[in-house]
Amino acid sequence: MENRNAIISVKNLIKNYNDFEAVRGLSFEVYEGEIFGLLGPNGAGKTTTLEIIETLREKTSGEVVVNGFSIDKNPINIKRIIGVQLQAAGYYPNLNLTELLELFSGLYGVNIKPMDMLAKVNLQDKAKAKYKELSGGQKQRFSIATTLINSPKIIFLDEPTTGLDPQARRNLWDLIIDIRNQGTTVVITTHYMDEAEQLCDRVAFVESGKIIALDTPDKLIDDLVDSGFERKKVVKKANLEDVFIHLTGQEWRE
Amino acid sequence: MDHQHKVSTQNSVPSYSNTKATLALAKASFRSILRSPSAVVFTLAFPLIFILVFGFLGGGRTKIDVALAPNSDLQNPILAQLEKAEIIKLIKNKDTSDINKNLEKGTYDALISIEKNPNGVPAYFTHVKYTSASLDKGNILRSVLNELSYNLNTQNLKPTVTEIKASTMTGRLYRQIDFILPGQLGFSLLSTGVFGTAFVFFSLRQNLVIKRFFATPVKRSSIVLGEAIARISFALLGALIIILIGHFGFKFTLVHGVVTVLNMLILATMGLIVFMGFGFVVSGLAKSESTIPPISNIITLPQFLLSGTFFSIENFPLWLQPISKALPLTYLNDAMRKVAFEGAGLWDVKHQLLIILIWGIGIYAVAIKTFKWE
Repeated sequence: MENRNAIISVKNLIKNYNDFEAVRGLSFEVYEGEIFGLLGPNGAGKTTTLEIIETLREKTSGEVVVNGFSIDKNPINIKRIIGVQLQAAGYYPNLNLTELLELFSGLYGVNIKPMDMLAKVNLQDKAKAKYKELSGGQKQRFSIATTLINSPKIIFLDEPTTGLDPQARRNLWDLIIDIRNQGTTVVITTHYMDEAEQLCDRVAFVESGKIIALDTPDKLIDDLVDSGFERKKVVKKANLEDVFIHLTGQEWRE
Repeated sequence: MDHQHKVSTQNSVPSYSNTKATLALAKASFRSILRSPSAVVFTLAFPLIFILVFGFLGGGRTKIDVALAPNSDLQNPILAQLEKAEIIKLIKNKDTSDINKNLEKGTYDALISIEKNPNGVPAYFTHVKYTSASLDKGNILRSVLNELSYNLNTQNLKPTVTEIKASTMTGRLYRQIDFILPGQLGFSLLSTGVFGTAFVFFSLRQNLVIKRFFATPVKRSSIVLGEAIARISFALLGALIIILIGHFGFKFTLVHGVVTVLNMLILATMGLIVFMGFGFVVSGLAKSESTIPPISNIITLPQFLLSGTFFSIENFPLWLQPISKALPLTYLNDAMRKVAFEGAGLWDVKHQLLIILIWGIGIYAVAIKTFKWE
């Protein structure tokens, strides 16, 4: 990375739910301007970690600093500089997208034009639609639009591409890269390794509440190859998803 | 870490307005309520349907069934006046045991018997027997008789002092709507407060809408306040529509006009705030969306039936009346009727308001314990 300024730093983060240790001493840093991936199986503690950084969940112990603000002392200041997309979050019922964006601009205390926000995620023609009338990909893009309202320094995306078809998924990647290119740091969780490989500058593998590896995708792959690992099947120049996209077209469907 | 840099960014952030956030929420919630069919049905449609039904029943006014005693004098000015009074239905030619049975049941509201005075002055004695089964209508009859005797006594130039002393009270025509409308209004507020609040906070919590709100700088108090502003505005709008339709369509009595309406709206706000407290409790207790209606019904149905929404609670058996007299809607209905029909001011219904206030303190104490944010 050209810019090694840590915008998020997590030290010895621990979270216990009664007897269950969800997060067991996580430490990592996210650099300003990168796309950082938290990878790992379900229940590994990814979402818990994310929600603690997002100030939505109390930690048991450890230290979390976001853009210089401690989550213990300055949660409100953190909320003001981050954008949060929750896994499976709903929106206020009976409102259309324009009205929802107006609501969020009030909640963040900023003045935005709903149409400008919708334009960022290419949903201008859905301005009068209700959230539940949107397709999966549109819902995710709308959620991302709500994270951008306060022009945040960091956005958190929790499994944004789960359940999307290949076109919608690739489209969302483009959107995320676009957001990063405009200077926003992105923290993302995903189950899809191809996605992490394409999208993330660095990834951390989380397993049973601990980080078991953290580096650039390239470095992690090279290390594995160096250790003598070999795929059983010879890699072809394209995969089945390439065939799918090739046959069904690049443009995304709704 | 570049600390200087951080401080400067902090300062450049414009100050955050809780009021703006609260109002944004109130606006969103109000829009949402207007588009929610159940809210509109409970707040407006149901009460209006009941008002229409009862408004059209019996031409929109109360009839008082007065039985004439078999041995009564029939040729006298008192009876002639009673025959003319639209509000009174005279029942003649019934035997005493029949009359007594009907009085006990409240089918007849009173028994009247007129006796010629052999001594001349006053010319007649009017005996009235009221029934505890129909005290409300008995009271109306009393005022009708007062007015009647006053008129008769002043018409006759002779100083004919009758049994019933002349009274300045002008018997305001008490229509069915004057009883039904405040009751329906109260019930509308109760269902909006309980069901509306319970559903909205449950679903906002369940669908993680509140969680998403918590990722913004909004305060919890702003969320509750914003919702309350929206719900109160909507309910008051509904109340105003009900009152206006009642007044202009069915001659609902508003003694002091606009002032009476404003007093009713203030009462409505107080009642609604208390009922919303029940809603907060239900939203906290409910384990799933489908448990909200049963729990809410446990709160609303007894009040619907026992708080004098349709019938005066004085009609209930004695053992039931203490229950009626414990319910907050009883006092809201009572206060509404006093304000609307008797022209009472808010200070005149302080007793009712005090009991509503006590309920409010109690229910919010429970709500604070049971309410869940996530």
